Amino acid sequence: MSTAVAELPTAPSESRVNYLNASYGIKSWLLTTDHKRIALLYLVSITFMFVVGGVAATLMRIQLIEPTGAIVEPEVYNKLFSIHGIVMVFFFLVPSIPAVMGNFLIPMMIGARDVAFPKLNLLSWYLYITGSLCMLYAIAAGGVDTGWTFYPPYSSTYSHTHVIAAVTGVFIAGFSSILTGLNFIVTIHKMRAPGMTWFRMPLFLWSMYATSVIFILGTPVIAITLFLMALERLFHVGIFDPAVGGDPLLFQHLFWFYSHPAVYIMILPGMGVISELIPCFARKKIFGYKIVAYSSMAIAVLSFLVWGHHMFVTGQSIYTGLIFSVLSFAVAIPSAIKVFNWTATLYKGSISYNAPMLYALGFIGLFTMGGLTGLFLASLATDVHLNGTYFIVAHFHYIMVGGAVMAYLGGIHYWWPKITGRLYPDAWARFAALIIFVGFNLTFFPQFMLGYLGMPRRYAVYPPEFQVLNVMSSAGATILGVGYVIPLIYLIWSIKYGPIAGPNPWGATGLEWQTPSPPPTENFEEMPVVTEEPYNYPGTEVPVRG
Amino acid sequence: MDGGNLPRARNGLRGQIMMSLAHGGTQSMAALAAWIPLQPPTASKIAGEVDELYYFLTAVTLFFTALIFGFIFYFMIKYRRRSEDQRAEQIHGNVLLEVVWTIIPTIICAGIFIWASYLYVRNARPPANSTEIFVIGKQWMWHIQHPEGPREIDALHIPVGQAVKLTMTSQDVIHGFFVPAFRMKKSVVPGMYNSIWFKPDKVGTFHLFCTEYCGAGHSKMIGWVYVMKPADYAAWLAGQMRDQSMAQEGRLLFNRLGCATCHVANDTGTAPSLVGIYGKPEKLRDGSTRVVDETLLRQAIIEPNSILLPHYSPIMPTFKGQVTEEQILQLMAYIKSLGAEERTSTK
Repeated sequence: MSTAVAELPTAPSESRVNYLNASYGIKSWLLTTDHKRIALLYLVSITFMFVVGGVAATLMRIQLIEPTGAIVEPEVYNKLFSIHGIVMVFFFLVPSIPAVMGNFLIPMMIGARDVAFPKLNLLSWYLYITGSLCMLYAIAAGGVDTGWTFYPPYSSTYSHTHVIAAVTGVFIAGFSSILTGLNFIVTIHKMRAPGMTWFRMPLFLWSMYATSVIFILGTPVIAITLFLMALERLFHVGIFDPAVGGDPLLFQHLFWFYSHPAVYIMILPGMGVISELIPCFARKKIFGYKIVAYSSMAIAVLSFLVWGHHMFVTGQSIYTGLIFSVLSFAVAIPSAIKVFNWTATLYKGSISYNAPMLYALGFIGLFTMGGLTGLFLASLATDVHLNGTYFIVAHFHYIMVGGAVMAYLGGIHYWWPKITGRLYPDAWARFAALIIFVGFNLTFFPQFMLGYLGMPRRYAVYPPEFQVLNVMSSAGATILGVGYVIPLIYLIWSIKYGPIAGPNPWGATGLEWQTPSPPPTENFEEMPVVTEEPYNYPGTEVPVRG
Repeated sequence: MDGGNLPRARNGLRGQIMMSLAHGGTQSMAALAAWIPLQPPTASKIAGEVDELYYFLTAVTLFFTALIFGFIFYFMIKYRRRSEDQRAEQIHGNVLLEVVWTIIPTIICAGIFIWASYLYVRNARPPANSTEIFVIGKQWMWHIQHPEGPREIDALHIPVGQAVKLTMTSQDVIHGFFVPAFRMKKSVVPGMYNSIWFKPDKVGTFHLFCTEYCGAGHSKMIGWVYVMKPADYAAWLAGQMRDQSMAQEGRLLFNRLGCATCHVANDTGTAPSLVGIYGKPEKLRDGSTRVVDETLLRQAIIEPNSILLPHYSPIMPTFKGQVTEEQILQLMAYIKSLGAEERTSTK
């Protein structure tokens, strides 16, 4: 199986002009309007931010080996989890799949030359970089200790750390999201190649479309919310701080009005990636194409109606709680439907187990667990116990890391030959996928148990009876960390030394595979015409039933 | 007090049995449970009920995880690509299957929603005969004030078998009051009163945690709940009686702050009499009617001009920044006692 990749036909030579060697020099990158080059700019910058967030996480897990705190004072630990959360959510997960793979693939998948507004696309990256620099400044200047949730009145009045710099960073990076979403929506509406109807689009595009809708509708709300919080901190205007007549719960409503949909900004693109990987490596049409497409849109809409489930224990009225609880259960259904459809796609397939497929299967399993444990938190009676404990931490890491990061890595491995024109060693890649799966579960499964036992999150020190499970979690984090370093090494290695990939190493359908790797700057030598449904793999046909 | 080990010891048998059953384990499971705690202590009826739902949800999670993993592994092996030209059987979908796997999760979710909501709604309101105790969160300690007078820090003594209602507010940032043994938690928010209640059914010492991040000392804002036999509790209370009751403290404060100058028992037209005012509806100048509760009284003390009454001019000064949250609660206790005195005298 591992050799199947190497045996595929290779491109004749690298002398062909492609987007990577079309021009040289730092200026040709920093002033590029090529969506593929911008995708690479994002890839490098979000990888750097991932490392920053990862270092913070590593220090946290070391700290928690000892109940009394192994390495730092609580003040420092508080900064570590705040930096970890802010960086990973706003500067890694939110831009990850949309800004890297969305940018690279959307024009290629619809058969276009570029996105609708290439200059705006470059501006988005500069906004992201400006936001990141503000955040890095906040870290270098001494850190921020509010948690990624920035709850007032702690953030507005009591914290003595660099809150303004951090929220400025998030505020500016938010505009990057808005412009990216705008660009994608217009591109998908207006620039599809002849014959590329809505229902001939790969499902990745449906998920990017749904994500872009949330980007545009949700991100302005977080921007306003953080702006008001900064005003409160600077001028004590009395919006959120009750000491000057404000309402601290108003902030939470506004914050979660964005930040719950933001969860779907992070997971919907992952679902889109998985919907590409499964058909490719099962050589099979996706099961229930339209249902999977519509469920992305259903999730995008419902995601705006469930924010109150973050606030069940804040003193909401009983009836508010009931309404948000029932809506939260409702949003679970389309996700469950997707899982069933992916699994059913494997049925009677011709399945190979290259590294991207291992990530995809890992995603299904971990996302299933993350989704099901969400039911504990949508349920009012159990949420009262589990809210604010490590159960929540475990739950959202199963979605964000077990889900979104697994999908991101799966996608990187899948499209890497297209992006770089090179293959990486598949055996190493499969080994890393396995290490990550094992390390991930060992890190986060014990946290479900800690949460049920009652250990609160964001604790720098903790009662001794929680130690065994914390040590297990830290041990798992070590394995997980190793799992993340391995791909970094062989992927960089492959850029120079990897075998030439050829246009379509996986034998996949989709327009992006019908052009050379790496693609030419204009993507396609002639305008492609689409005449068939997506995932049209050769095989025995079975007519639609029911 | 060797508090650290107490909850773990109590955790013992029941937790082990429950988890052994849940996981189909044997003796080795029990040995594991002694090393890794699997269940928090259970000290109220509600805690047991929440656990039943929790274990049901765990079973649902395990079942569907096993189902999905099972199918994936089965398909992975059965349909692995044995040769490069092995072709898949192309299936577009199946409407019946889609309907089935939409309806089944919907029914399960509906069932869980009803179960969880029933528990939550039924346990939302404290029984009428609850003992009321006041909690003030403050960076980074819990101030507890018993109506009889005793005050505690990071400790809450309560009698077993008696429903206790906590009325909670914060002096500074948002805190979270969480007692795992009661499966009960609520945010403690500055500027408003939140309440929770529980009825402990087990004597013992249980963790009290702050669950809303509140700054440097957040993880040290922890304490103990001491559930005592009624006789022990009475003895403890008697031993703590060096303080005056909250209402008595409130009366002294009422005089010292000058409230008594205007708010006299027989209304002279300067300010409303506060006798019997608590719990009654009051008509405001804008025509609306509000019941005089803790929130309204607090607002009247902190921002008097935000509550305008039809027959009085807004001359009351604000006491914002001059009284602590604890003193506001004492003033309230006094105002409530005025009502009680009147009601007893009219009988």
